[in-house]
Amino acid sequence: MAALTREETQNLIQEVLAVYPEKARKDRAKHLMINDPSLETAKKCITSNRKSLPGVMTIRGCAYAGSRGVCWGPIKDMIHISHGPVGCGIYSTMGRRHYSNGTTGADIFTNINVTSDFQEKDIVFGGDKKLKTIIDELETLFPLAKGYSVQSECPIGLIGDDIESVSKVKSAEIGKTIVPVRCEGFRGVSQSLGHHIANDTIRDWVLPTREGKDDGFVKTPYDVNILADYNIGGDIWPSRMLLEEIGLRVIAQVPGDGTLMEMEKSIHAKLNLLHCYRSMNYVSRHMEEKYGIPWMEYNLFGPTKIEASLRAIAERFDDRIKDGVERVLAKYKPQWQAVVDKYRPRLEGKTVMLYVGGLRPRHIIGAYEDLGMVVVGTGYEFAHNDDYDRTVKEMGDATLIYDDVTAFELDEFVKKLKPDLIGSGIKEKYQFQKMGFPFRQMHSWDYSGPYHGYDGFAIFARDMDMTLNNPCWGEMKAPWLRPAAPPESQAA
Amino acid sequence: MALRQCAIYGKGGIGKSTTTQNLVSALAEMGKKVLIIGCDPKADSTRLILHAKAQDTIMSLAAEAGSVEDLELEDVLKVGYAGIKCAESGGPEPGVGCAGRGVITAINFLEEEGAYEEDLDFVFYDVLGDVVCGGFAMPIRENKAQEIYIVCSGEMMAMFAANNISKGIVKYATTGSVRLAGLICNSRNTDREDELIMELAAKLGTQMIHFVPRDNIVQRAEIRRMTVIEFDPTCNQANEYRQLAQKIVDNKKFVIPTPLEMEDLENLLMEFGIMDVEDESIVGKTAAELAAS
Repeated sequence: MAALTREETQNLIQEVLAVYPEKARKDRAKHLMINDPSLETAKKCITSNRKSLPGVMTIRGCAYAGSRGVCWGPIKDMIHISHGPVGCGIYSTMGRRHYSNGTTGADIFTNINVTSDFQEKDIVFGGDKKLKTIIDELETLFPLAKGYSVQSECPIGLIGDDIESVSKVKSAEIGKTIVPVRCEGFRGVSQSLGHHIANDTIRDWVLPTREGKDDGFVKTPYDVNILADYNIGGDIWPSRMLLEEIGLRVIAQVPGDGTLMEMEKSIHAKLNLLHCYRSMNYVSRHMEEKYGIPWMEYNLFGPTKIEASLRAIAERFDDRIKDGVERVLAKYKPQWQAVVDKYRPRLEGKTVMLYVGGLRPRHIIGAYEDLGMVVVGTGYEFAHNDDYDRTVKEMGDATLIYDDVTAFELDEFVKKLKPDLIGSGIKEKYQFQKMGFPFRQMHSWDYSGPYHGYDGFAIFARDMDMTLNNPCWGEMKAPWLRPAAPPESQAA
Repeated sequence: MALRQCAIYGKGGIGKSTTTQNLVSALAEMGKKVLIIGCDPKADSTRLILHAKAQDTIMSLAAEAGSVEDLELEDVLKVGYAGIKCAESGGPEPGVGCAGRGVITAINFLEEEGAYEEDLDFVFYDVLGDVVCGGFAMPIRENKAQEIYIVCSGEMMAMFAANNISKGIVKYATTGSVRLAGLICNSRNTDREDELIMELAAKLGTQMIHFVPRDNIVQRAEIRRMTVIEFDPTCNQANEYRQLAQKIVDNKKFVIPTPLEMEDLENLLMEFGIMDVEDESIVGKTAAELAAS
């Protein structure tokens, strides 16, 4: 449907909020805004990073999810111990499609799931001894693991186990890095605090290992780190290819398909390239302050944003890189132009609503626009205000922006805006598909991907087309509810 | 006679465990069937009954066996003097784990295994002095102890603690059947101690159920890991515990307490000379400043 005016969007918000009790209505109103791209900051228009209302269906995760699942999980040569009762460990296994190259048990351990499986006696008597035993056992089972992270589940914080001291003792004993992470799920309002806690542990337990030491690392002026690309569906691989093709040397991927050693040597880089601002801006700022490494955000979704990002990156380097960028842009133009030529006619003018996590609610808008599509509503599960500052500039005037949206609100917005495509997570997928809306999971790329870079864009365009233009959407009506077919076809 | 479940609370070191075990011995002597459940990681609530240093606790046995589900009732219940049944919840050494969870697990275990279903007249919970978390309030939750006895003395901190425990009881009394059943004064030989505790009891809306005088025979018996009832049944102190036991058997005064405001409690203490009248002019003055003025 056609874009709404400001007034219509305002009415829509009022209408949806009307069913809430007054206190909830007041609270939720602060989390919904009508976009105005001319705004310098979103602060006056939207509130974010606040506790979700009790009783609503929020789509958020917890601090443990933010650390175990997001920031630490993809580091592939370490074993990440889910420390606590078995459930958190089990349900966080393989849920996130962070791919890694290597051989399981030899140089990658990301698809091995370890939990300390807390029992009643561990709660009462404390789990520190058990943690020591687990590390000893893992050393026997997987001697090639480069280190361990201890991901605290809720009870660890409640009973006050001293995982830091266990980590120090065992680390000295076995000569490997052990990182204690206090990411108890009850901390903070969403997974966002888990990212922050994980960043702080990288700062405190990993980065200092090579500080001030001669580790034999030979620097070049083109050394960069890729930060906060989680390699969902293999995203980091086409990204790295592009960066290398323009002449940069990627010395660390943190954490997607990354290793402990890469994290350690990341302090030698000249520039940090930050993909997901929300989840790793903390350690970027720290590295800037402590090691003098500047950082910049970039976006490799869709040719327009790729071009802008590569040029912006080139600005930080000499002509060699600038020439490299122009060469790469020219080289890939025919490739992406063919994709656009093929899919744009099939997708032109189609509308999209998004509701995702850290960076996608704004980063993928450009890719949709390259295909002629329009994002009419977007929002984040766990963003902070600086994310919305960045989002208002990407979205059209009078479009809808929602923070920590409730299942009810998202339902109602979708019913009213009737987008041609919805992009959100697994919990939303089936509900909207049953309502007859084409849907893509935009956390996991719906088991597809990668979507980054030029190679990713081709897959992205294909996926959107095959979902949106799938003939199944014409079969939503039961046969007996359809208009009667002409009699001659019945005879045949 | 229906099962009566009682919990003994009071400031740490006030003599809860000693009082409970002597009281329970007196009840057993009368022919009552009694179970003591120690709710303290120190596990010293049953040593005088069992003549043991410390009984194997539910939690330590559970840790050994793997989980609490692997235990049987007979593993954890010991029978001591005069047929008194004993169980200790147990828990971690100081500074680790969660002692409160230990109490919760142990009490749930005893209930599920039917420890209370046998022919019992009384269950006594002897609880750690400081009710620092929900675990130590477990005995006064729904369907557990209905009668709370607070052991106190005429000392200031003991009375503060009694008042605080009363506040805790109010919280659970409004939603359940738990009631304050009386103060047991375990004398420290302070001046006008009986009057003071009676006054405090009146203000809390309860009674001083008994005044237990101080007698060194209690300590002499303790060295032998015995109660005075068993050690020297003829002594006067044994009679005091018998009186306490009889009063508890006959007790009908179960109330929702009316805890005092801090100021009222301080006034009471000043009235009895336990606390000096506050002199606002000396607050925050160092020794040097006081000397100069």
